[in-house]
Amino acid sequence: MLFPSWAFLLFLAVLVPVYFLVPKRIQWIVLLIANAVFVCIAGLLGAVFMAVTVATVYGATRFFDASFARQRETLAAMKATHTKEERKRKRLSFERRRRLVLIAALVVNIGILFVLKYGAAIGRITAGIFGTKAFGQDLALTMGISFYTFSTVGYLLDVYRESIPAERNPLKLALFTSFFPLLVQGPITRFETVGKSLTAPHSFDGKRFLSASLRIAWGYWKKLIVADRLLVAVKALCAKPDVYRGDFIFVEMLLYAACLYADFTGGIDITIGVGEMLGVTVEENFFRPYFSKSIAEYWRRWHITLGEWFKRYVYYPLSVSKPMRDLSKATRKLGAGVSRRVPVYLATILVWALTGAWHGSNLTFLVWGILNGVVILLSEELKPLYARFHARFPKLTESTFYRGFTVIRTVLLLSSLRILDCYGTVREAFSSFFSMFTTWNWGAVFRGGVQSLGLTYTDYAIAAFGVLAMFTLSMVQRKGAIRPRILKRGTVFSVCVLLVLIGTILLFGRYGFGFDASQFIYNRF
Amino acid sequence: MKRKLLTVGGVLLACIVFFGALYAASRLVAPKYHDTLTEGHLTGEYYRETTDHDVLFIGDCEVFEHFSPVTLYNEYGITSFIRGGAQQLVWHSYYLLEDALKTETPKVVVYNVLALKYGEPQSEAYNRLNLDGMRWGAAKIGAIGASMTEGEDFMSYVFPLLRYHDRIDKLTKEDLAYWFSDGEPVSFKGYVMHTGVNPATETPQERYDPKLPGSSMEWLSKMADLCEEKGVSLVLIKSPSIWPVWHPEWDAEIEAFAKSRGLRYDNMIAENDAIGVDLQTDTYDQGQHLNVDGAEKLSRWFGAVLRDAYGLTDHRGEAVYDADYARLTERYEQEKQRLRSEEH
Repeated sequence: MLFPSWAFLLFLAVLVPVYFLVPKRIQWIVLLIANAVFVCIAGLLGAVFMAVTVATVYGATRFFDASFARQRETLAAMKATHTKEERKRKRLSFERRRRLVLIAALVVNIGILFVLKYGAAIGRITAGIFGTKAFGQDLALTMGISFYTFSTVGYLLDVYRESIPAERNPLKLALFTSFFPLLVQGPITRFETVGKSLTAPHSFDGKRFLSASLRIAWGYWKKLIVADRLLVAVKALCAKPDVYRGDFIFVEMLLYAACLYADFTGGIDITIGVGEMLGVTVEENFFRPYFSKSIAEYWRRWHITLGEWFKRYVYYPLSVSKPMRDLSKATRKLGAGVSRRVPVYLATILVWALTGAWHGSNLTFLVWGILNGVVILLSEELKPLYARFHARFPKLTESTFYRGFTVIRTVLLLSSLRILDCYGTVREAFSSFFSMFTTWNWGAVFRGGVQSLGLTYTDYAIAAFGVLAMFTLSMVQRKGAIRPRILKRGTVFSVCVLLVLIGTILLFGRYGFGFDASQFIYNRF
Repeated sequence: MKRKLLTVGGVLLACIVFFGALYAASRLVAPKYHDTLTEGHLTGEYYRETTDHDVLFIGDCEVFEHFSPVTLYNEYGITSFIRGGAQQLVWHSYYLLEDALKTETPKVVVYNVLALKYGEPQSEAYNRLNLDGMRWGAAKIGAIGASMTEGEDFMSYVFPLLRYHDRIDKLTKEDLAYWFSDGEPVSFKGYVMHTGVNPATETPQERYDPKLPGSSMEWLSKMADLCEEKGVSLVLIKSPSIWPVWHPEWDAEIEAFAKSRGLRYDNMIAENDAIGVDLQTDTYDQGQHLNVDGAEKLSRWFGAVLRDAYGLTDHRGEAVYDADYARLTERYEQEKQRLRSEEH
């Protein structure tokens, strides 16, 4: 069920009143049923995989809880009668069993994701090596599996670390895993926030409903007016790497930057808005990312929940792991700087390689991820140089001009890296990117070039207006959230804003017969 | 309390303005079918009729370009209307007939069988031409349900803005001229006039299934049931065009169907000599459709058939019909003159 579909709007139109009309104690059950319907409509196989995730994570986390309780009781009982060494051995035996269960649960859940995500690619590679028929070519990601797997694995690890207690009711865990707006393109959520919010009773609040409607409408606005319009041109540019080269690639970079922003943030706006409508708090996934002054800052503001997940569950544990500590020790003789850097470098590159791999099985994603890591590490290394430059030219570096320059530099840098996202092979992507520096063809771009991309000048004008609107709102947002300010001006004003958004979507959005109802770009990840 | 009332009033007013603006936008972007793609105007023109009809024609271009209600009236006093449409498929025809039979009961319904060769919805564009002008009711809902092709959705029929919003940058003077008005009729009681001459040449050969699709025959059967229920005589015809080809196997199947249901079936292709249609002079597109001369000849011949077979009343001399057809005849002759002078 696509967000931009009548089916989804109808689904929401039925769910919301039912949710608030039933007694509060069964609201979460209504939501669970709605999730089940949503998941089953998306495909029964997906429902089966999700059930496996819920069952294994529930079993494992309940085991951890029980194991911690038994461990505490046993160790307390042993305190008077056993030596410290014996107690340690006992503790380690508990830990070993928990680790085994954790590994088993991770293998099942990450395994399902791995097979669905990389099965077809592995099949092709194997076929290439052994000359056999490629297996697994019909394997495909099921709805939301990349997102809910990471959310539930996060929960699994939190319980394993005893950061949070295990949920006793498997249906509540199922509710967290299957919350339908999150299945489209995330964000990756945490059980102690979203999970608790999902099961809490909620009353209908007209103001909250209006606020949520505004956010949902703004999400659709970005998706249907800007993203889906620009996607036509981006697809046309990517489809013919032999034809569209040189300055066309610069145009592609900019169009894709705007398109992806509108698409991803639009989808997340709808997700958060739907959650808000039901009284469920969903984490923010963006914080004006295109205002970042460096790639590292950008990644703290774009797809925040994925970055946080990797930081919390991969980067930190990896950085302080025994092999890393050993490696750091081993490289001490090469100097303190090297010894300090090696684990950080390795962990950073590994996390970025995994981030790339999370996006897809294509090698382009892996290279994209590693390059992001490399740029971040390079920036870290160049920090002293920047500091000297800042000290030398304090007036310049504090000026608006310089801040604007760093923002534009960051956008161009990340857009350059994103070229890898647009093409099927690394070679095609690099060849297209570097053609920008060898082929000067602005004339061709503006003499019919942009018109050949499936959009009319009116489309470009509408998209430009949309981009300008997004930029203006982001500027205004720097002084505080916009929706509370709209709501503060009264219900009538808020309703008018909502109606203007809906009206412009209906008139200028790309939807309906003759347009591809396009899924969100991040849905394919 | 006062504040609450003001808020409710304000919201209501905003909604009224919003829906008003949407309605206006919807009317603006919807195709007007008046100066271009005029076939889309035909369905709606039926509702402008102020008098009943003895004969109702339904079917595709082989009815709305082949029969002249003006000739039928002026020659025989037969009152008629053509509820035809471009590529009007049998389920379109069925529901347009059902819609018409809600407000009138003609003595005869004439259905042209060519479209029976299509058993599945063909094209969204033709669905729109046939259904956009239809009055809302159970018949239209049924027609939409039966007609939708892949990718179409019901909502866009209810709210045309959802379908036509992409015309916002393609608006023409026609859209402004007929924004809130339907303008003059483009047809003459459903008849669309052509005056050109383009002689028939060879008949193109095509591969075909010797059996008509079961689904279209089912719809035909439903149409026969509907007419029977309403006490209307259903007449099946194949108008005298030589292409698209009407194959002998199809002809035999319709013949057998008509016989089994006790219906009249006239395959007019074989009657060209009797009708007087000469496909060297009476067609404007090489034998596919008739021009006005051909349509008048066919109407003269078929009018006599209908009058004799069904004893239709001669309404000439009845003031209400005379006045209606006098106005129509005047416009009809003017149009004929205009088109002919344009050709020269």
